Amino acid sequence: MRAFAELLDRLVLTPQRNAKIKLLADYFRDTPDPDRGYALAAIAGTLSIAAVKPALLRDLTLERMDEVLFRYSYDYVGDLAETISLVWEAPADLEGEDPSLSSVLHRLNTTGKAQIRTLVRDLLDCLETSSRYAFLKLVTGGLRIGVSARLAKQALADFGGQDVSDIETLWHGIAPPYEELFAWLEGRTPKPALSMPAVFHTVMLATPVQEGDLDALEPKDFAAEWKWDGIRIQLANLGGVRRLYSRSGDDISGTFPDILDALDFEGVIDGELLVGGTARSNRMTRTFYDLQQRLNRKTVSPKMLEDYPAFIRAYDILFDGPEDVRSEGFIDRRARLSEKIEAADHTRFDLSPLVAFTSWEDLDRLRSEPPDPVIEGIMLKKLDSPYTPGRAKGPWFKWKRNPYNIDAVLMYAQRGHGKRSSYYSDFTFGVWTKDGPNEILVPVGKAYFGFTDAELQVLDKFVRNNTIERFGPVRSIRAQADFGFVVEVAFEGINRSSRHKSGVAMRFPRIARLREDKIPAEADRLDTLLAMISADEAATTE
Amino acid sequence: MFWGMKPDALLYPTPKGLYCAPGDFYVDPVHPVERALITHGHADHARSGHTAVMATRQTLDIMRIRYGEQFCVSEHVAELRQTTVINGVTVSFYPAGHVLGSAQIAIEKDGMRIVVSGDYKRRADPTCLPFEPVKCDVFITEATFGLPVFHHPDDRAEIGKLITSLKQFPERSHLVGAYALGKAQRVIALLREGGHDAPIYIHGALTKLCDYYETQGIALGDLRPATLTGKDKSMFAGAVIIGPPSAFADKWARRFIDPVSIFASGWMMVRQRAKQRGVELPIILSDHCDWPELLATISEIQPGEVWVTHGREEALVRWCALQGIAARPLHLVGYDDEGE
Repeated sequence: MRAFAELLDRLVLTPQRNAKIKLLADYFRDTPDPDRGYALAAIAGTLSIAAVKPALLRDLTLERMDEVLFRYSYDYVGDLAETISLVWEAPADLEGEDPSLSSVLHRLNTTGKAQIRTLVRDLLDCLETSSRYAFLKLVTGGLRIGVSARLAKQALADFGGQDVSDIETLWHGIAPPYEELFAWLEGRTPKPALSMPAVFHTVMLATPVQEGDLDALEPKDFAAEWKWDGIRIQLANLGGVRRLYSRSGDDISGTFPDILDALDFEGVIDGELLVGGTARSNRMTRTFYDLQQRLNRKTVSPKMLEDYPAFIRAYDILFDGPEDVRSEGFIDRRARLSEKIEAADHTRFDLSPLVAFTSWEDLDRLRSEPPDPVIEGIMLKKLDSPYTPGRAKGPWFKWKRNPYNIDAVLMYAQRGHGKRSSYYSDFTFGVWTKDGPNEILVPVGKAYFGFTDAELQVLDKFVRNNTIERFGPVRSIRAQADFGFVVEVAFEGINRSSRHKSGVAMRFPRIARLREDKIPAEADRLDTLLAMISADEAATTE
Repeated sequence: MFWGMKPDALLYPTPKGLYCAPGDFYVDPVHPVERALITHGHADHARSGHTAVMATRQTLDIMRIRYGEQFCVSEHVAELRQTTVINGVTVSFYPAGHVLGSAQIAIEKDGMRIVVSGDYKRRADPTCLPFEPVKCDVFITEATFGLPVFHHPDDRAEIGKLITSLKQFPERSHLVGAYALGKAQRVIALLREGGHDAPIYIHGALTKLCDYYETQGIALGDLRPATLTGKDKSMFAGAVIIGPPSAFADKWARRFIDPVSIFASGWMMVRQRAKQRGVELPIILSDHCDWPELLATISEIQPGEVWVTHGREEALVRWCALQGIAARPLHLVGYDDEGE
């Protein structure tokens, strides 16, 4: 358990992706089965473990500790699991033991409700502080370590010298403690065979169109489609098994029973999950904000299903029935897809329409003024391109519509992580609004990228020379009408938000330009942002 | 118990620090005074500008290194475990185990003995003498880590984390934040004990103090200035660099390639603290007592009363109350309870 706990402690505090991968790969190498497989499951979110109520943990702690001292401790630490892990005093004779992660899980999952109290007390006694913390986070479901399932798979790929797409393909066909996976990665056995055909296949991704990219390309070699602002999915129905996967391969079938129930064709398709009506039902496609109401839910109420009906706008097909068609060209696959969707449930499926164009200039104009506000740009697909996993440059491009822009004033700055830890690189920016008779700045977002290294030097210097106050790692920066730092902020969308004081939330804000030529009085007003939302809303309800 | 003298008459808190009226001297005063007794060389306890200063030889040396020759008008060396009488008050110094030169000060008159512990710790430290418990009527303790959450782990296992990381990330520089007096030298000494023989690079703020430790017989091995010679940043790859924590937010830190940010402090016990500071590898290493050590010390000394100076006094006072030991907070100002 100790090695697992140490791994978690390191992962939580390690910002760099490569360093995380290294920590994970080293752990997989040094830890025997089945512990490493359970650790992988805990990190990738596939571990099933008996839950323990926080009230029980608190009770157990107070059996041995003064309540006032516990309260002081909890107030100071602010996290129940961590507080208990730190204040717990084990009887001296139990120290030095290190039960394995798998034995801890086994005992938890085989103990009846009546004995759980005794078991948890025993486990807390025999684990050291870090392991105690890991254990408490596991049983209270609060394990957040900043490692995605995708990153864990990349670490497995590095560890075994295999391609991550092979691991993705296997992933949903195997289960903890993943012994056959590790046996294959260590070269001891051949690749595990899939027991279930409806597994996830790594999706094909596009690269952004960059300056000059299109100059050498012929418009007639490409098809164009709208890029819809929903979430990219993969829908499978093979061998009697139906699954809906997110772009990263997470199984989200349970969240979208309306889609799964309507699925009446066999195969695997690629598409965009959206909320609202399909094109052929003549109802509008609704915004990403509406789609968000449906995401990440364990249970879905009938009202949810009615108010936010989901549908699939199909882009591509990977398997036509059991037949793998990924090696065919885009246009051939599209013919197959079109036939399938035509016959499918009209309220739940439609085909992403192609956009007619003759020149790149045509397309540029269409991209800037799309006919639907839920469109975020154009996709370009080479007519003869096979469906290849991952993001290769050439066959598919994405050409996003121009972002929104505002001028905002820097208000707070925080030091970055890793190689940026000596720079103030995370910025909170604000715009003007009326507060009674006064004009004040209200924070509207945070950005920590978009600028060049040279621009960062300028920003960092300004922060250091114009700090008014410090709160821990955060500095508040001088920002008055006649003195401060104005930046041009670009973002992809804007929504109303009750969680933010300003009432607005931006999507993907970044610092597009430093406007040293402007003074804060010239920055935008909150009214401008609210108007952007109103314009979007008006367009959606047309 | 009969006390010939009330403890409050012998020593009491004032805005300048603890004051002994019969002896007319202060202990660790935070403003300039006529006569100061100093427990140890950390800046919040040992300030410059007093007229007469009494402290251990090493503490006086450290004050001279930090403040220059003019740090006071007259120096008086306190020999450990020997008594000196000041205006009818007997004072004596005993090792406190905090940093090199650190001492507790026992103050005695008319059968009443008060021990001011300054800052102290109980576990072995290769860079200073161990704490010696002294029987007393009133024990004045700090409570920097006076909360049940603080259980500082084994020093060697903590340094082991750093040694493991050096093997795991040999291409990255390992930047350790440690206070210039005491902690830095302890980290170096523990690394040497752990078999790390390679040169260790140090920030300029550490040079004089490390040199001084060497003269006191504490071997720190091959130390070099953390200064770039030429433009080759790769000289710091896989190396340990030690500097005061304040230097890490500074431009100084930019010379190191892809650094692993490390902080050696008792505060690293709490994950959120590490996270807030952007620490990637926390090393829990404290020059103060953790909670069990505070309790064990009070139980061992069995003072009639406990006074708590700075830190998290409310929890320690609560614990004393539960044990039936008279205790009260002193609410002294000017001591840095974050300084670790």
